[in-house]
Amino acid sequence: MTTTTAPPNASERVIRERITLRDVVIDTAVIARRNLVRVVRLPQLLLFATVQPVMFLVLFNFVFGGAISESLPTVDADHYIVFLLPGLMVQIATFGAGQTALGLIEDLNNGVVDRFRSLPMARSAVLAGRTLADLVRNAAVLSLMLGIAFLLGFRWQTSLWLFLAGFGLGLLFSYALSWIMASIGLSVRNPEAAQTAVMLPMFPFVFASAVFIPTHTMPGWLQAFANNQPITIVANAMRGLMVGEELLPAGQTVGGQVLAALAWILGIIIVFAPLAVRRYRRVVL
Amino acid sequence: MDANDVMVDVRDLVVHFGAITAVDHVDLAIEPATIYGLLGPNGAGKTTLIRVLATLLRPESGSVRVAGIDVLAEPTRARAHLGLAGQFAAVDAYQTGRENVRMVGRLYGLSAAEARRRTDTVLEQINLIEAADRRVGTYSGGMRRRLDLAASLVGRPDVMFLDEPSTGVDPRARQELWEIVQQLVDGGTTVLLTTQYLEEADRLASRIGVIDQGRIISEGTPDELKDRLGTAVLEIGVEPDDRERAIALLDAMSDGGAVWDAERARIRIPAHEGWRTTAIATRTLDDAGIEPTDVAVHRPTLDDVFLELTGQLTETAPAEPAAEQPRRRGIKARR
Repeated sequence: MTTTTAPPNASERVIRERITLRDVVIDTAVIARRNLVRVVRLPQLLLFATVQPVMFLVLFNFVFGGAISESLPTVDADHYIVFLLPGLMVQIATFGAGQTALGLIEDLNNGVVDRFRSLPMARSAVLAGRTLADLVRNAAVLSLMLGIAFLLGFRWQTSLWLFLAGFGLGLLFSYALSWIMASIGLSVRNPEAAQTAVMLPMFPFVFASAVFIPTHTMPGWLQAFANNQPITIVANAMRGLMVGEELLPAGQTVGGQVLAALAWILGIIIVFAPLAVRRYRRVVL
Repeated sequence: MDANDVMVDVRDLVVHFGAITAVDHVDLAIEPATIYGLLGPNGAGKTTLIRVLATLLRPESGSVRVAGIDVLAEPTRARAHLGLAGQFAAVDAYQTGRENVRMVGRLYGLSAAEARRRTDTVLEQINLIEAADRRVGTYSGGMRRRLDLAASLVGRPDVMFLDEPSTGVDPRARQELWEIVQQLVDGGTTVLLTTQYLEEADRLASRIGVIDQGRIISEGTPDELKDRLGTAVLEIGVEPDDRERAIALLDAMSDGGAVWDAERARIRIPAHEGWRTTAIATRTLDDAGIEPTDVAVHRPTLDDVFLELTGQLTETAPAEPAAEQPRRRGIKARR
């Protein structure tokens, strides 16, 4: 039995009066694609995404590698890269997350978000597409770092699967950070102020951590902070997964660090994703 | 008014920003396939009103229907029927014109194929097809504005909201924009545009609302607004030596209506009887042996309406004396 034909101009007239789950997926993909095009086409973003991580990797490896491995019996000079890479991946993912805030602010200030909000599109797609695009960008950046690290002598010491799990953990962490940054960006709104608001808190977290060196040479009070903050925990979890337990501070297990890292990631998303969504609604409404 | 006959129906709309009342009990009704011009100075509430209509802002109270849909109750449904071109061209500089429009098409819910097809049609319509594959970063300001318009048109909105479409656009590009807007309306779209340019409202709009401090202080067709100012004005220039005498004669002739406009060096009297007033005035002067250097009947322009209603710029430009208006500006002739 045939159904009745649609009105002749049904395909002519757009009516998207309800948002279905399919619309949410399509809109998120459209927005994510747009944001990725931006990264690829704007030289300052492309350079930030590619040159900076490679520069950090090469500089830290060759400038600090010798000195650091001399003072650390567990790390030998040729293999500082093995210690460095997982930590540096976390650092770069953290810096990269700042782009989530800056991109959102740009869209808010030049009326793009207004345009999106006046369209019959999924409301959630603007933030979801933004964080998804940043996740994809981070995956590309971390892969690039990995490639360079391989040239510099990095090899995983565990198994391919554990190594990939470590890589995935780094990506998940970057995704969680994107939500923090989205919340900051939506609260600040002024591009110059946001630059500071985004970058400033990163430095103590990135440098007072086990990203570049183990924490045991730091003063006790600093160790207390460095050992228990998320960047150290994620860096150590990645080291454990990619290289092995011998790179972890005494008494830590790979499983324990991974669980702690996942707890942080989950905690951050649970707190900051709703916060960012609420901020977004307030800013645009 | 029957709600079915209007595309935009705003009733008793109020928007507060803290202690400031940005929109103050506004009523608005726009008939299908017409252009409504919202005319007002900066900060009058034009953009706020547009933001409410385009579902970007929730008002304190009042009702808003666009294309028969209650915007406050069903914003998503309403969005499928409206298009917004804001004060800034909200297009991505790093995407090509085509990519920008296609993206918005997708977000209106068009399939990929249909978005592509509509994009071509729209780019053709706004005469950007040749620049379609260039990045928007290379576009001129006017081209960006047109592209911004195209991006909204891709979804075939029933109602277009244009917030100061020609602010910061050069005269030629403005002309092009006007033609596009006119075409839209000819094609059945309803347009609400805000503007600070009286010429724009006069030229495009079939109805005009003058908005100041959040309130619509006058509304009507351009002609009605001009008529509301009262009569035309007769302006007469005379030699400086004849001035005092001419003012006295004309003041007597017009029952005390003569005004000396120092800035333009003209005597002005209300031309209640049009050209007959002119004939009488020139004859009066001629009988007294005064030869006018200049005689002109001045129809009130929208500028005059605007100035009269909002009271702006009174320092620099004395408005026409208007019989119905309580306020009168200009320097009364000395006897």
